[in-house]
Order: sequence, then C-alpha cells, then structure tokens
Amino acid sequence: MSKIPLLLLFKRALIEIPFIFFAILMPFFGEGEKFSVLGLELYRDGLLAGTSIVVKGTLGVLAAVILSTTTTAREILRGLETLKLPTIMVQIASFMLRYINVISDEMERMKIARESRGFTATGIKHWKVLATAAAALFIRSYERGERVHLAMLSRGFDGVLPSLNTQKVTARQWVTAFSIPFLALAASLIALMIGW
Amino acid sequence: MSNVPSLQISELAFAYPDGNQALFGVNLTIQKGERVALLGPNGAGKTTLVMHMNGIHPTMQGEVRISGDLVDSKNKESLKAIRSKVGIVFQDPDDQLFMPTVGEDIAFGPYNMGLRGEELNKVVAQALTQVGMLEFIDRPPHHLSFGQRRRVAVATVLAMKPEILILDEPSSNLDPASRRELADILRTLDITIVMVTHDLPYAHELCERSVILSGGIIVADGQTDAILKDKALLKSHRLELPVGFNL
Repeated sequence: MSKIPLLLLFKRALIEIPFIFFAILMPFFGEGEKFSVLGLELYRDGLLAGTSIVVKGTLGVLAAVILSTTTTAREILRGLETLKLPTIMVQIASFMLRYINVISDEMERMKIARESRGFTATGIKHWKVLATAAAALFIRSYERGERVHLAMLSRGFDGVLPSLNTQKVTARQWVTAFSIPFLALAASLIALMIGW
Repeated sequence: MSNVPSLQISELAFAYPDGNQALFGVNLTIQKGERVALLGPNGAGKTTLVMHMNGIHPTMQGEVRISGDLVDSKNKESLKAIRSKVGIVFQDPDDQLFMPTVGEDIAFGPYNMGLRGEELNKVVAQALTQVGMLEFIDRPPHHLSFGQRRRVAVATVLAMKPEILILDEPSSNLDPASRRELADILRTLDITIVMVTHDLPYAHELCERSVILSGGIIVADGQTDAILKDKALLKSHRLELPVGFNL
C-alpha cells in the first residue's frame, strides 16, 4: 500500500464526493431528537445515518481505488480464478481485456474514415449513420471472433484454456489486503462504542 | 519415415454449403524440408485449401495426408495429432494472439498438446528465441508493433514443433525491415514451409518451388525462378511481378 502516493489515493477517492454530498446534508434536516454542536442544530438520526453512509462509501471507494491502482487487470482475473469464479466468465473477461484495444482502434479508424469524408455528428438526423457504423463494428467483431476461434482450433483448442499461473501470496500482501476490512471493522466497533 | 512427404493432397474437391465450388480436384505433394510458395489470384481457393490441411474444413472428396496420416475431421483424436503437426500462421496477428500476454499465447498450443510446468516454459522460451522476441515474453500483444506481432504469431506455431508450417500472406502489412527480418527467421527454420502469398519477390527469395492455384486447380508447379519468368503464365492467372522488378 505504501507504494501509492497518498495524494493520488486522495485524488482518485474524490470521485465519491457527488455520492456523499446528500449524506453530509442529512444531519441538518429531519425530525426527532436534536442537539447543538458549536451553534449548529443537528438531528441525531440524520447524523447517524449520514455518518454511516459516508463511512461505508469512503471504505468502498478506497477499496476499489486501492485494488485498481495496485493490481493489474491480469492479476484481478487471476484472483477471480483462484476465488473459483466460473472459468467461462474468467475467459470471457480475459478475451475482453485482450480485444478491447483492437476493437476501440477499429472504431477510431471508422470514425476517422467518416470524418475524412466530411461527416460530423451534430444531431438526431445523424444517428442513422452512427447506428450503421455500430452495426458494422459489431459484424466485424463477430467475424474476428470466428477467426480467433479458428486460430484456437488450429492450435488444438478443445474447450479448456490454460489456467493462469498463480503466484505465491506473501505475508505482506495478506496484511495489505486485510487493511480495508480492518478499517471497516474498526469503524463499526467505534460506532458500537458510542452507542448507536 | 524420412521418405514420407510432409503433405500429400490428392483429388481434393470442395464446395461451400451455398453451392459455390472452390476446389476442383487438387493434387499436391510436398516433401519434407521443402519451402513452397502457393501463389494465385484472389478467390483462387488458396485459403480454402489451407483450411483443409488441418481439418478445419471437412474433406468432402479426395484426401489430405500429413506425413502419411490421413486428415479426418470426424476423428477428433487424430485431428488433435494433425493439428499439432500443421502450424498455420494466419494473416492478421490479432486473430492469432488472443491470450493476455505473449508468453501465455505461445504456451497455448503446447499446453493443449499436454505439456506442463518446466517443460512448457522451456518450449515457450525456445520458440520466442527462434523469432528473437524472448524479451517480450510478459508483454501484452497490443503493446507490440505489427512486425513484432507477426513474429510472435510465427512463434506460437513453432512452439508446437510442427511438421509443416503454413503461412498465410506472411509479408502483408510489414515494413521493408520487418519483411526482411521475417525472411531471415524463416530461412533459419528447418521445417517444411508452405507460404501463401501475392508477394512474388518474397516467394522468389524464400522458396525454391512454387505452385499456382487458379480456379480451384493447380495450374503450374515447378521452380519458382522458371515460373516467375513465364510472363504469359503469370498474366493468364492475374499474377504479375512488381514494376521494375526483374529476375
């Protein structure tokens, strides 16, 4: 975990702001028991619910940000396979990972080809062109799928992809992996102690 | 064993389900260690012929033998053995390289043949070394240049230690340096090679023997040099040498 700069972690975690915005407002509106802190009137129920959302949201976002910054897509797939996600799903995800660039490049080339012939999508009347382009892209990808399958058959594919090599997990990685669940546990213990 | 031809095709005919006939009785024998260029205009049936060589297209009439063994698309077990003997390098390396990293892609074929562990790693390293791409073993294919991807595609097939290597348009889309590098690699390989190509100078450079497939039959079979010098023959099958290229 120490490898991610804190600032980067913080910046990426900012994505949660829009989601917790209303949670921050919650203590100020509501009904029932009230108390005042530093001259602000707060509602007890609202405060608890708001804090709970903020804490859960922050932990969730932090977990996602840390996973995506420390772990390559390859390793996530590897992990999913170790966690016994059905192989067919892992395979589909791994093909998606491999071909997403190929297909987006193809889409980009089609876009350039359209624009080179003076087309710019400005309004609803151009949707037909875009829909046709999307259909063409779909057919091309489908045909590529068939060619890939052919190439796989030619190399003796019989329905089972080689399983990905699994690496040994070090104690340090376990500690890192447990940091977020640990934070979550700490948060709920604190909530218990202050008597929620 | 050494006298058995790598590839033996006799009276092979094939029609697509829509009735469009692509092959009209092809006869072709290729000896072990030969490098043969398969030439022909677009739509001559070259790809269809290649698809018969490892049983992707079921044989309708006639027969195909790989080092003596019949290609029988109904017999799954024998097909597996055939496919380990016939390595096809497809035209678009993005079709051929479907695994997340170069190393895993090379391992795909040998893995299907039952190799595991240390032995598998050795074969992978060896195949990549043959095409000079060992240092890219952990890279994802889309980070490589087109020429590098083509070379890796060749390695994916070499890793299966095939009896016969079939290349579909090996020089297409390559810049001149990549084209030459690939030729250098192909020349070092000690296996039977069938090269489907429109690149006649490339065929001349690499292959002693050439075969012209046109209209679903073999119309010429002989020394590449002699075939490429026969202007009338080339012209009648929509083939021509690049302007300014003289033999």
